[in-house]
Amino acid sequence: MTLRFLSGGLTGGRIVMLALLVAAAILVPVLNLALPESHPLHVPTYAVTLMGKYLTYALLALALDLVWGYCGILSLGHAAFFALGGYAMGMYLMRQIGTRGVYGDPVLPDFMVFLNWQELPWYWYGFDAFPFAMLIALAAPGLLAFIFGWFAFRSRVTGVYLSIITQAMTYALLLAFFRNDMGFGGNNGLTDFKDILGFDIQSDATRAGLFAASALALAGGLVIAVAITASKLGKVLIAVRDAESRTRFLGYRVEHYKLFVWTVSAMMAGLAGALYVPQVGIINPGEFAPANSIEAVIWVAVGGRGTLVGPIIGAVLVNFAKSWFTAALPEFWLFALGGLFVFVTLFLPKGIVGLAKSAVQRLRRMREPQTPGRETKTPREMAAARPSEQAAE
Amino acid sequence: MAKAENLLYLDGVSVSFDGFKALNNLSFLIGRNEMRAIIGPNGAGKTTMMDVITGKTRPDEGTLRFDGKIDLTAHDEAEIAGFGIGRKFQKPTVFENQSVRDNLKLALKAPRGPFATLFHRDDAAQRARIDELLATIRLRDRETDLAGDLSHGQKQWLEIGMLLAQDPELLLIDEPAAGMTDAETAATADLLREIARTHSVVVVEHDMTFVRALGVKVTVLHEGSVLAEGSLDHVSSDQKVIDVYLGR
Ligand SMILES: Nc1ncnc2c1ncn2[C@@H]1O[C@H](COP(=O)(O)OP(=O)(O)OP(=O)(O)O)[C@@H](O)[C@H]1O
Ligand SMILES: [Mg+2]
Repeated sequence: MTLRFLSGGLTGGRIVMLALLVAAAILVPVLNLALPESHPLHVPTYAVTLMGKYLTYALLALALDLVWGYCGILSLGHAAFFALGGYAMGMYLMRQIGTRGVYGDPVLPDFMVFLNWQELPWYWYGFDAFPFAMLIALAAPGLLAFIFGWFAFRSRVTGVYLSIITQAMTYALLLAFFRNDMGFGGNNGLTDFKDILGFDIQSDATRAGLFAASALALAGGLVIAVAITASKLGKVLIAVRDAESRTRFLGYRVEHYKLFVWTVSAMMAGLAGALYVPQVGIINPGEFAPANSIEAVIWVAVGGRGTLVGPIIGAVLVNFAKSWFTAALPEFWLFALGGLFVFVTLFLPKGIVGLAKSAVQRLRRMREPQTPGRETKTPREMAAARPSEQAAE
Repeated sequence: MAKAENLLYLDGVSVSFDGFKALNNLSFLIGRNEMRAIIGPNGAGKTTMMDVITGKTRPDEGTLRFDGKIDLTAHDEAEIAGFGIGRKFQKPTVFENQSVRDNLKLALKAPRGPFATLFHRDDAAQRARIDELLATIRLRDRETDLAGDLSHGQKQWLEIGMLLAQDPELLLIDEPAAGMTDAETAATADLLREIARTHSVVVVEHDMTFVRALGVKVTVLHEGSVLAEGSLDHVSSDQKVIDVYLGR
């Protein structure tokens, strides 16, 4: 069934990306855990965690590409869904601390004891159970997206206006989560995690496991995104992106389509956030900062909007550059990021993937013998001309 | 339930944009399986009339009924399309980044909900229907090309094909012959006459040769209301029509 879903959308670049992710999920933990530190192929734990973090960003970028690349909804608030997923995971991790906190309270997290709270607020119930926390990591962003989208799409808010209210949404959440009385640790957020599913969160094996989980989650996200975009629903989404009003006159309820992809995308972002938090060891309101959402848009643009694989590449490359810059030239990172965005917008409208694709096409054309007047196309060329596959890789 | 004799009924419909009356007390009827040509000078309100019927523009006043009982003013674009009213736009509007075949597939009559399309699977009957439509609109050899790569006239045909794929009861066709060669125009007239045997069709067109080729009742619009109605010969001998439109 899944196979049939995927048949139209699994093109070369996507298969390579899936294979890479699955291979990384196996190889990186092996190279980290099984090889001695002195071995040249040993992957140090800090690198495993760093790459794991990049992969969660890549999942966020993939989620954003679903709505922006395929349905034309430029969200400037996707980090809100990511952060909500992160908070759900953070709440689970807080409950795992138990008596090992500074105040040693078996139930209340330290910050609640510090605030003189006597009992756990009701919305913290159930977070000691991992499955429940994971459910909320998907459901909370999904529900927020559904409610937000229900109102926004029904009233036909589009374009810049929609982008602005998504930004307002994440900003409002930023302010709310800053408040101590919200019960999410205020300014400091949630941190000092000890273990996850009974494993020490600092241990090499746990870190490797989290990396593998992130790589597999990203692979799973890619499979879902391919299935969605290759389906007829995916074609309707592109129709909405390119000619929204025309799509309505064909009888499609545009708002339902937007709501569907928007909610799925928010849940994907929530999962990314849930995987991010145990690897970085903290979640605080800063994750709701509007700038985070804007950075995610840049990853997608750099990699190639509407290509699925591109945003994954973009997120990893840009964050790799960010890590390098913030170590070597911290003052210049924001300028570099801004410059990159301007450069990509002006010169690489289809991002890295678009550039690579046109280079491949040029090569192919050069290699091909010139046979003027040849009318019939080979099946391969016909396939290459299909947009569903052209938009692929 | 007995089917209403008139498929479309407009009575006293008015629309104004910032005080300017684009439609002014417009009334007319379209019968079942009737084809009607609408002519009139630029700005007469022809496109606005289609906007009002399809839910794009809300009338300030007046009655709009489809199939006797449906009050079109109470529904939005998607619902109205669902009732069986299809439309071709004056400026051909196709999905440029998708193939010709996919454009037809999107238009093809089928459940329109997100879950229906997510789990949709092409069946042989649908593929055959699309092949048939591709032949009708003469785009068989272009089926895998992007719709955006078609010529203006071919886009017009693709949009007509999409309209046929929807299989609506009423087709509203805004300037189908614009950008077509004489031969294409004649073929389009043939195609519309063929369609009109089983559908109601409203065609807006400036090209009088084309209107003549359709050979149907003509309604002349001027300043948002009906100026004259009747056969083309009848209306073109009408002095008012000559003054405002044909004589210019
Ligand atoms: N959305 C709008 N806002 C303001 N004015 C409008 C709007 N739509 C149409 N009009 C005006 O209403 C009048 C009727 O326009 P309409 O497009 O219906 O004319 P038409 O008969 O289709 O003309 P043409 O033959 O040029 O296509 C025009 O003067 C136009 O400028
Ligand atoms: Mg017009």
